Amino acid sequence: MSKRHLWIALTLAIGIVPAQAETIQVTIDKLVFSPASVEAKAGDTIEWVNKDVFAHTATVKGGWEVMIPPKKSASLTLQKAETVDYFCRFHPNMKGRLVVAP
Amino acid sequence: MLIRHTATLAAMLLLGTAPFAQAADKPTDPQIAHIAYTAGVIDVEAAKLAIGKSKNKDVVDFANDMVRDHEAVNLQALDLVKKLKVTPEDNATSQALSKAAADERAKLAKLEGAAFDKAYVDNEVAYHKQVNGALETLLIPSASNAELKSLLETGLKIFQGHEQHAEHVAGMLK
Repeated sequence: MSKRHLWIALTLAIGIVPAQAETIQVTIDKLVFSPASVEAKAGDTIEWVNKDVFAHTATVKGGWEVMIPPKKSASLTLQKAETVDYFCRFHPNMKGRLVVAP
Repeated sequence: MLIRHTATLAAMLLLGTAPFAQAADKPTDPQIAHIAYTAGVIDVEAAKLAIGKSKNKDVVDFANDMVRDHEAVNLQALDLVKKLKVTPEDNATSQALSKAAADERAKLAKLEGAAFDKAYVDNEVAYHKQVNGALETLLIPSASNAELKSLLETGLKIFQGHEQHAEHVAGMLK
């Protein structure tokens, strides 16, 4: 590989090309969000996989809400960098956190 | 001895003082299953009354949540007792719970509007608190089957969630 090609390869590797958006799963089992805290980047998608027979929500007070039906999944694409605590509106003892980097 | 304690427990439930808490006799699994199922049915009945009577969206939404969750828990309970070949056994605690609930429903049925909403939601807070206390101190520790214990533990988390949800709705009614 020539020096020039190596340079291009390096440039690509250190992320001048935007990183691929990821889908991160959060499982809900017996009223627990797992993992409870997730680190993600803006543009990533969170997919909540509900193993319970109960409907849940992921709700941010004064912000967004995702309905997660029993035995189903629901997704949200993270729009911006922020740290948010969310909870289930039906069972407010269920809590989770998203740490979204730019 | 057993009869006397059971009668005392039933009397305490009727009077509404520290129900369950003083139970001297450890309930058996078939009795625990019956008590837990009865407790769910009671909350569904109260919720159906609220859905029929209340004009407050927060209260009706809450009541619908109660019907959905408690019916889902009880369906799981039925599946479990079938799998374990356990026949839920009626007992003084279940009977006292049902009697107390019938009295409460009769009281609620006479109320209208905001007075009904407040009484229903306040009772939901108190009722879930009472059932959670019983689950934690009596029913879960007494359960001998591991799957029954696990279902009761999930039930406790659900009911603790409902207690907080009810407190939230109560706060909105003020």
